[in-house]
Amino acid sequence: MAQSATGEKPVRDVGALKRLMTRPELAAVAGSILVFAFFAVVAGDSGFLTTGGTASYLEVAAQLGIVAVPVALLMIAGEFDLSVGSMVGAAGMIIAITTTEYGFPLLVGVLLAFVVAAAVGFFNGYLVIKTGLPSFIVTLGMLFALRGLTIGFARLLTGRTQIGLSDAVSGNPLTSLFAGSIGDFSVTIVWWLLLAVLGTYVLQRTVFGNWIFGSGGDANAARNVGVPVSRVKITLFMCTALSAALLATIQVLDAGSADVLRGTLLELQAIAAAVIGGVLLTGGYGSVVGAVFGALIFGMVQQGIFFTGVSTDWFQVFVGVMLLIAVVFNNIIRKRAAEAR
Amino acid sequence: MANDAPLMEARGLSKYFGHVVALEDISMDVRAGQVTCLLGDNGAGKSTLIKIFSGVHQPTKGAMALDGEEVLFNSPRDAIDRGIATVFQDLAMIPLMGISRNFFIGREPTTGVGPFKRFDVKKADRITREELDKIGISLRDTAQPVSTLSGGERQSVAIARAVYFGANILILDEPTSALGVKQSAMVLRYINRTRQQGIGVVFITHNVHHAHLIGDRYTVLSHGHSLGSYGKGEVSMTELEKLMAGGKELEKLEDELQGSTAAGSEESANGRG
Repeated sequence: MAQSATGEKPVRDVGALKRLMTRPELAAVAGSILVFAFFAVVAGDSGFLTTGGTASYLEVAAQLGIVAVPVALLMIAGEFDLSVGSMVGAAGMIIAITTTEYGFPLLVGVLLAFVVAAAVGFFNGYLVIKTGLPSFIVTLGMLFALRGLTIGFARLLTGRTQIGLSDAVSGNPLTSLFAGSIGDFSVTIVWWLLLAVLGTYVLQRTVFGNWIFGSGGDANAARNVGVPVSRVKITLFMCTALSAALLATIQVLDAGSADVLRGTLLELQAIAAAVIGGVLLTGGYGSVVGAVFGALIFGMVQQGIFFTGVSTDWFQVFVGVMLLIAVVFNNIIRKRAAEAR
Repeated sequence: MANDAPLMEARGLSKYFGHVVALEDISMDVRAGQVTCLLGDNGAGKSTLIKIFSGVHQPTKGAMALDGEEVLFNSPRDAIDRGIATVFQDLAMIPLMGISRNFFIGREPTTGVGPFKRFDVKKADRITREELDKIGISLRDTAQPVSTLSGGERQSVAIARAVYFGANILILDEPTSALGVKQSAMVLRYINRTRQQGIGVVFITHNVHHAHLIGDRYTVLSHGHSLGSYGKGEVSMTELEKLMAGGKELEKLEDELQGSTAAGSEESANGRG
């Protein structure tokens, strides 16, 4: 909060409080507390507050959060990636097919998934830069194309759209790395927090982070002062795709199976998490911490509703309403930040 | 202060865009510690000229010289590397970004080595605070967005940034055109201070009053042609105004208003606007 020594002026405390009130992630943090309080009251007796309950909503949040962190960075840099969901399906299938159909070691399959993801991310970024088209369109194209390729190749090569690979997965050291657990908690949460810390560090404390803000705030102005905007964006497209591959690895190793439809709608959930977290849809503003709390809200709502015993059909209603409320609040906060003197 | 040798010269610069003649045979020079005003109506070619100065465009004919030596800028980077800083109207500032982040974007100070090399936020904050203190803007928080600054302050910050990063020629593209009287005065005062540091300033404007207040030399452009360069005292404000507008428009207005104070009333109209 008051991490920078704001000088020895008497206004310092007021400044710190005011600054806190203008943070982009304020709404998401407040929202998380509210949602937690709500389910603690409503579903506290039915398991929401138990270790198991906590572990379950953190798991959901972590899976989304792993992707939401780089998606938030990319959005701050002014671009969308709608292909992350399809990338999860594709990467999972790559791991499954290489190990079951071709008998490669699991490690090779996982590495290949990451390599393909890096290539897809690069291609997304390159296309956006070269064509000058909105990334919304380019990656929407990729969303369909990649899902189609995944389904097509899976059926062509294996005749199926779901592949089990329990034999390859069980006992493999990679499994404990990606799908192990620490006590009652899944290791996915550790990955999520690692990425959150890394993302925050990059955004707030590195030169690259400053370039991310600049690229999204005003790409032209940034270019004029020497920021390699294209490189920044392409790098971040690669990061979102790589995060999808990481999530796919976690899911495949955890479930011991891959499905071509894995990750469906993930792209929109990741964007929603980022937006709830205060990331400006048009770029140039936001924080990774916000996206982390955005994902946490998702997890708590999804599992919380389950614990209340209400049909989980209502989950999406809750999410939609939350999204709208959060965006309204974020707009107010951002306006205040931009005008505050 | 060696005011005799020009820091930068334009030697017969011409720029054609296809069949369109944007500039034809423009010569002018910029001297250390002087403000050279580049005057002209909209469409006179001022923007094209400064884009050549700043390396965005390359001249079709003619050349630029720095300290008497002919140079060719292939990119804005080349110009910046030779100490020519241009503050365009967009100011190259990102409104929602913090002031110190804006001040250093593209030239961030770093600390640490290898993978631990990071943006030295403390240093950036400290220098920004110092540099802004020098120009009379005291900040409570260097992380506050640039959008919280007034127009004049923003312009001044952009100039301070250019000066801080070692510009010896500073090109200002209409720095006062969007500002009110007080804000303009702030910027003009700051331009004066910049000049006193021995920096050669090119001040683009269509406001004759601002030019006359601060300028040491004037070059007037009209329809891509130079109408001549004048030293301070060689030309009056009214003459400059006539040159800029081709004379006719304002004479017509003067006739219409049947007064001899067209210039004065326009100033106050601008001022209140």
